[in-house]
Amino acid sequence: MPWSEIGISLVKIALVLFLVLTLVAYLTLAERRISAFIQDRLGPNRVGPFGLLQPLADGLKLIFKEDIIPERANKILYVMAPAFSFITAIIALAVIPIGGGFSTSLFGLLKEPTFIKFQIADINVGLLYVFAIGSLSVYGVVLGGWASNSKYSLLGGLRSAAQMISYELPLGLSILGVVLIAGSLKLGDIVQAQAKLWFVFPQILGFLVFLVSSFAETNRLPFDLPEAEPEIVAGYHTEYSSMKFAMFFMAEYTHMIVASSLIVSLFLGGWYLLPYFGWFGIDIVKYWFLPPLVFIGKVFLILFLFIWVRWTLPRFRYDQIMNLGWKVLFPLAVINIIVTSAVIVFI
Amino acid sequence: MVSYVNLVIYFCLVVLFAIITLFIAKLIRFRDPNFDPVKLQPYECGEDPVGDAWAKFPVSFYLIALVFVLFDVEVAFIFPWILALPKLGLIAFIEMFIFLFILFLGWIYAFKKGALKWERNQ
Repeated sequence: MPWSEIGISLVKIALVLFLVLTLVAYLTLAERRISAFIQDRLGPNRVGPFGLLQPLADGLKLIFKEDIIPERANKILYVMAPAFSFITAIIALAVIPIGGGFSTSLFGLLKEPTFIKFQIADINVGLLYVFAIGSLSVYGVVLGGWASNSKYSLLGGLRSAAQMISYELPLGLSILGVVLIAGSLKLGDIVQAQAKLWFVFPQILGFLVFLVSSFAETNRLPFDLPEAEPEIVAGYHTEYSSMKFAMFFMAEYTHMIVASSLIVSLFLGGWYLLPYFGWFGIDIVKYWFLPPLVFIGKVFLILFLFIWVRWTLPRFRYDQIMNLGWKVLFPLAVINIIVTSAVIVFI
Repeated sequence: MVSYVNLVIYFCLVVLFAIITLFIAKLIRFRDPNFDPVKLQPYECGEDPVGDAWAKFPVSFYLIALVFVLFDVEVAFIFPWILALPKLGLIAFIEMFIFLFILFLGWIYAFKKGALKWERNQ
């Protein structure tokens, strides 16, 4: 592996980390502003123009805060849990393709033009990788809840574990229809298979199951029982303060970004602008910057949907959540597989 | 292989980022000169904490975990099948149909036994 390739990957990784962390910061601002507008308030608008420096102020405030580790907590796990949560959330982004890529010789630095993909790691098992990492994310939450040695934290962690594993089944099953039509687990291939038609149309049932399950997986309302404020204070991060709390917070928002990019690349055509006909003749090799813009625009729309739903719907009861997961979404996802595979085999 | 190297680099950098962030926070955080040890108590709405939090919790959580492991293994079987289905055709479809039928029976069994039940009537 030549050094130039490592250099390119380092630049890509730095760019992705920078973009994602900035996006996470501004997502918190967006959440507060949009919730304010939905509730006919103004929201934070004092720090900088339109409150645009608010995330920076929040970050600085959190990093300077007093850090309290409860005396009866398991110290090692208590410190590890937020970091673990954050790491597992952010490394899932490595396989998300935000565009095709472009050829460049880096202004003549390289002898022959290299093709740079808009993706950190284009691995064959991309989708499985995302789901494997997604399953790990439950550990951060449950460890944080258990290690705090507080009753609210423990309850939050337990609820979260049960909810996340319950919704992982429909989540995993609902994408199988997409995998069957695309014939690949590579996310790039799956997006390219949607050039003619977005998968949301042939896979509408799978899409709905996936959408609902990803709301539950990201612990967002109407499924945010792990941190239901009126019942268990703040759930698994009740005892956390300072930067450790911020890490849990960042992990939650990164999960939202991962879920949105997955929804976009699996069902909403990835970097294709319209549901039909791909790029209708625009040469995306020449205009290589268009696909990433389209992809990111779609991700923003889905993120807005996440926030919109949170401030519109009330919270479910816990038994309702479990019933929805096991008795509605799971059978629906299985039916979706059977119907899709029957159509593929018999037609 | 290149992709996996990238993945490892990315993984290391993210871990490093998390550790450095926590370390910086540890260095520059506020230290209260009049620290009150009562702050170290677990939060219980201002009351003195009662007993240990590492106590018993409902058995339903264990049941859900068991049922999950069962069905998650089935999902792991379906992934390779679905990639090979266009080549294998009808036979693979019928085989998987039988497999999914048995899975469905297992689901009904768990349903009837009340493993998926959360309502308590006491």
